[in-house]
Amino acid sequence: MRTVAVVGASLAGLSAARSLRKQGFDGRLVLIGDEPHRPYDRPPLSKEFLSGAVGEADLALEGDDEDLDAEWVLGSGAVALDRGDRSVRLADGRSVRADGLVIATGAAARTLPGSEGLEGVHVLRTLEDARALRDELASGGRLVVIGGGFIGAEVASTARGLGLEVTVVEAAAAPLAGPLGVRMGGVVSSLHALHGVTLLCGVGVKALSGRRRVEAVLLEDGRSLPADAVVVGVGARPCVDWLEGSGITLDNGVRCGADGSTDVPEVVAVGDCAAWYDPAAGGHRRVEHWTGARERPALAVTALLSGGTAAQQPPRPPYFWSDQYGVRIQFAGHAALADSVTVEEGTEADRSFLAVYRRSGVPVAVLGVDRPGPFTRRRRQLSSTAAAPPTVAPAAPMSSHGP
Amino acid sequence: MIPVCRLADLPRGEAYRLESDPPVAVFHTDDGEVFAIDDTCTHQDASLSDGWLEGCEVECPLHASRFDLRTGSVDAPPARLPVRTHQVLVEDGMIYLALSEAPPNLPPCGVARLCGGAA
Repeated sequence: MRTVAVVGASLAGLSAARSLRKQGFDGRLVLIGDEPHRPYDRPPLSKEFLSGAVGEADLALEGDDEDLDAEWVLGSGAVALDRGDRSVRLADGRSVRADGLVIATGAAARTLPGSEGLEGVHVLRTLEDARALRDELASGGRLVVIGGGFIGAEVASTARGLGLEVTVVEAAAAPLAGPLGVRMGGVVSSLHALHGVTLLCGVGVKALSGRRRVEAVLLEDGRSLPADAVVVGVGARPCVDWLEGSGITLDNGVRCGADGSTDVPEVVAVGDCAAWYDPAAGGHRRVEHWTGARERPALAVTALLSGGTAAQQPPRPPYFWSDQYGVRIQFAGHAALADSVTVEEGTEADRSFLAVYRRSGVPVAVLGVDRPGPFTRRRRQLSSTAAAPPTVAPAAPMSSHGP
Repeated sequence: MIPVCRLADLPRGEAYRLESDPPVAVFHTDDGEVFAIDDTCTHQDASLSDGWLEGCEVECPLHASRFDLRTGSVDAPPARLPVRTHQVLVEDGMIYLALSEAPPNLPPCGVARLCGGAA
């Protein structure tokens, strides 16, 4: 393998490039990114960067003296993959030929149909998005956040800290039920009210009103929420359109084995765009977490360089964190597998506790709210059991009600 | 030298947080060695004594940068600066510490709980 192209120059792509060099690849390495920036850290965009506590220089993901001996092709995204001569075609007409390919094109923020072009309506995914939102929040006023997931909750928290009047609208009956389960999603979401943010659940958004600039959010139950600014935080879709027709199987992202290998030799996929097979969950899952984008590329690169023959440990269980209203939330594992959830330290009422999710008595996930020490210990135990995951029968009821 | 705690009270694989200013994390590795580094990750307000200890390295509990307990060096961002290391002495079953006189690499006012704002 003389040339490897890494398509995507954010955390997953950078981590793949690092792993390639670390694992001895000494050929030509090309990193392709659609954004003009060198790799930067996205989690602060909804928190410290948005609040102004840190600046752009603090977001750099590369070390000061780090040199991957790579060619950086930035500012022009991939638009197609030609399998015949293994070349990646770029938006500006250039193409990059490679023997091996790492797909790390990430995901893009979902938008609200009909809101395009309306001033004051934001999504938050890129540095440009964050700059625009930061400038907007500086004017103060009333902010409506559509979507009570982690991005929405963090933006609400930051905006509240900046003094804005904030309302969060969540279409589901309980926010965060997917990642945390209904009960714990409710506990974590109760932080909003405690900090003076209004949370409306179980009601969808019908439309945004305003001529040139947004003026209000119209809800499906007929209410109208006046808004000086709106943030749409309704999830992300994998950026895999450029792979249509390439022969690579796509199914809510690039369908991969448990080591990132795709069904095309010498092609692996990592990060938010990749749906790896997860033995614990018994299916393919896209893990849109920072830690997955940092850790999993090492496994994918091993698969790429060995032609998929290297025996590998499964990745550690999915892990993410969120900082809201000064409270640190950490989660590892799979909430959807659990049939019970128990608070084992602290209390929910104090918003400082450790909760363990179990399936048939076996821990499958852990949630820490302002309990970093005990959380790390539990997360570690979870990782050691993940090496031999409990078998999940395909017909097992995956309770839609959650724990 | 500052007395920290008895070696017998710090099992292997565990860490002790000394509430100095700034706080110091003292680790007893699985191999039986004792090391001390600044407790606060150089990237953000996270306590390394809450981290994931493996061999002579501790992984930040938040963002997975790994610090070498022997040198304080960090493997990869998001943390970019090393932590200070402190000299450790174990005598008569007691752990003692000589604090480094180098300036610490504390994080920028990263997590807003320190700044009193929203996180």
